[in-house]
Amino acid sequence: MSGLVVNDLHVFHGAIRAVDGLSFSVETGQLAAIIGANGAGKTTLLRALTGLKSVQSGSATWNGESMLRQKPENLVRQGIVHVSDGKSVIPELSVKENLALGGLWRRDKKDVAIVTKEVLDLFPRLGERMSQSADTLSGGERQMLAIGRSLISRPSLLLLDEPSLGLAPLVIEQIFQAIKSLQARLNLTVVLVEQNAMGALRIADIGVIVNLGRLVTVGPSQELINNPALRAAYLGY
Amino acid sequence: MLKRKPTTQVQIDMDKNIARRKIIGAAFFIFLGIALYVASNIVDELRVYQGATVAVYVVAISSIILLTGYSGQISLGHGALMAVGAYAAVLSRNYWNFPIPLTFAVAVLAAALFGALLGMAAGRLSGPYLAGTTLALAVGLPSLANQFKILGGEEGLTYDVGFPPLALGQDFTQYKWFFWIAALAALAATWVIFNVLGSRYGRQWRALRSNPTAAALLGVHVARSKVLAFTISSGVAGLAGALMSMTISLVTPSAFPLSLSFAIVTGAVLAGVTLLTGSIVGAVVLVAIPEVTAALATHLGGSEKVTSNLPGLMMSALLILSVLFFPNGPQLHRRKTRKS
Amino acid sequence: MSRIINTLLIGISGGSIYSLMSLALVLVWRSTRVVNFAQAGQAILSTYIGYVVVTHTDNYWLAFPVALLSGALIGALVDIFLIRILARRANSGPVAAIAPVIATLGLLGLIRAIVGMIWGGDLRRFKLPVTNHGFTFGHTTIPFAPINLLIVVTTVIVMLIFSVIFQRTNLGLALRASAFSPEIARLAGVRVDLTRTIGWAFAGAAGAIAGVLVTPTNYLSPNSLDLLLVSGFVAAVIGGLESLIGAALGGLVLGISLAFVLEYISSSLAFPVAFVVLMAVLLIKPAGLFGGKRVRSA
Repeated sequence: MSGLVVNDLHVFHGAIRAVDGLSFSVETGQLAAIIGANGAGKTTLLRALTGLKSVQSGSATWNGESMLRQKPENLVRQGIVHVSDGKSVIPELSVKENLALGGLWRRDKKDVAIVTKEVLDLFPRLGERMSQSADTLSGGERQMLAIGRSLISRPSLLLLDEPSLGLAPLVIEQIFQAIKSLQARLNLTVVLVEQNAMGALRIADIGVIVNLGRLVTVGPSQELINNPALRAAYLGY
Repeated sequence: MLKRKPTTQVQIDMDKNIARRKIIGAAFFIFLGIALYVASNIVDELRVYQGATVAVYVVAISSIILLTGYSGQISLGHGALMAVGAYAAVLSRNYWNFPIPLTFAVAVLAAALFGALLGMAAGRLSGPYLAGTTLALAVGLPSLANQFKILGGEEGLTYDVGFPPLALGQDFTQYKWFFWIAALAALAATWVIFNVLGSRYGRQWRALRSNPTAAALLGVHVARSKVLAFTISSGVAGLAGALMSMTISLVTPSAFPLSLSFAIVTGAVLAGVTLLTGSIVGAVVLVAIPEVTAALATHLGGSEKVTSNLPGLMMSALLILSVLFFPNGPQLHRRKTRKS
Repeated sequence: MSRIINTLLIGISGGSIYSLMSLALVLVWRSTRVVNFAQAGQAILSTYIGYVVVTHTDNYWLAFPVALLSGALIGALVDIFLIRILARRANSGPVAAIAPVIATLGLLGLIRAIVGMIWGGDLRRFKLPVTNHGFTFGHTTIPFAPINLLIVVTTVIVMLIFSVIFQRTNLGLALRASAFSPEIARLAGVRVDLTRTIGWAFAGAAGAIAGVLVTPTNYLSPNSLDLLLVSGFVAAVIGGLESLIGAALGGLVLGISLAFVLEYISSSLAFPVAFVVLMAVLLIKPAGLFGGKRVRSA
């Protein structure tokens, strides 16, 4: 079975069942938007998938191989890269160093140089700020840096946690468009966790709506957008 | 913790609870006193002396339990505070000829004052900073006594609490007298700490330890509360210092080495840090270790090098193992905290 | 005038040693958020190993790298066998915050007892690599001796090597990233646990160097480095505990101020002065004289 398959996943967050029997799948090359209110268990789901949080039960496979109970640094080596929420850059390091971090583990230094150049072409503003500390970047630039760093690891599965968090609408649009174009260009499979439901569903192929750790519905994103009941209950309008 | 009961009901429950705990506490202390009395009459002199040492350690360990287990601060320098108490006591005895009970009070006050000053700095520090600062104190302060003539230098000062009163009978030995003074002081100190912990301040400390931010939001004055804990703890340590000097009849810098500070922290960790009555267990272990290792060494027939380092080895190993395997004290207590 | 310069030189020499110990403490603090009180123990064990080499081969220059490597190895072992387990087991409850303090303290006692069992408690002398008779200019001999020069030069070299590793190499980037934000480093593919162990090894090496450098001017006993631990801690706090440059400068500030107090005021005031400096820094500028904005809670 190719792609990402999550089956009956249970994850506790303290005493709370943050993810409570969640199942869904994402085919290779698809962009899936995971939508839900604050506290729906979206972030916990991503953290569990990439080994930052221990899982109670259930399974999750990427191209047929289990991704659970592995260290995040090992998952990166299998092409599974997680960009954690909002501020996934190290402010004490320079932009250049933050980018370099994504390629430290890679043997193929030539390809690291090539992909770094690609990232700088995609986000030219990073190129202008290479020697500045990441601390001085704006929110949007930080997000570009975080996504850029993840690309340097040459991911096949990219998990993004709320890239729009705290950004201005125009910047959000820019980031979303960049994600969409990356998906198409690199044949990436993307799992995009978002509270900004409409924005995420517009660029997504499928939508996964979760509430209190459980699946509400999963389907092509256009259908979800056009479903009036869902719109009212989960998409905010 | 979040019981859904009307406030008044919770309040009544709490009051009942406190009252019950106080009665149980008082009964515990009375029983302990009787047990001690009986014990001291049937055992030999060495055991009586060791009993006095246990009592001294109980006081010292209680001061750490109060500080670390309840207010969440750490001190590696309580040996230095014990020295402050001991020197204060001996000076008040030698220069002003204070009666013995009063010298103990002087020890408590001097150490508490010193601790308050230290606590004002400490209240703003946490974890490793506090540990390092108090460690510096433990290393440096006792040796300072060498510099001042009034403190007697290396030889130190003689601290004599006098012979036991004749009213206690002819066969009432000096060691027994030490034991009784130390045991009474230990009981009194434990009783006071017990009550402080049950008071408003005790609750504030516990709140602070588990969640400083929430406690501050609820109106606990964080810095003041921490300084108070440090002050009381220091006072108790001062008492322990005076008692210890009494049992060796001497106050010298070398009586308060770094290892003393470490030993009482070890005792507190072995006692379970959050359990006041555990201080007795910790104290007994501290007194027992040298004896057990000595027996072990003669049995094994090791060299002097091995023999003299065996207690340290055992104590350190115990300390590491207890942190690794019982980080929050003995099992019994863990269950209790979970319920409340 | 020459008295001032002499005092300054002696202060720099003493401060160099503090800088190395402070560096060892800061390296561990940054990577693991633990003030490693066992550092004195690790350093003393490495120094005794160096001592064995010196007594058997009569060659200080062989003892130096041996002690350095043992220090690194001991540091790595401490991380793997104590700190990693501790992080897994004692990560919640009232003791969590102080558990590392207690554990490293226990380790200090353990190492000291083991050292005592092997070598006994008596004071030992270490062969001097170079003379401790002061340099002579014409008819005046100054207190600053070749041994002091050796200390300063070695420290400078060690610091330079460390700063190149940290600022210019991939390992250094991994070390810094793991220190500042282990989770993000992990998500970027850095093997944080391994990196941390390397940090502990570096720290162990720095402590060992401090031990073999200071011991020839002093004596060796199971607790002869205790004071150095305290001085190193004070230096680290002066430097802000987070920064390697701060650690180096903090050591120099402490060394020089102590030298002047000893020379001009009284030899008995060294400890009170160090303590007052510590308290003053903590109360007035808690982020350290060279530190950033980070407030010290946690």
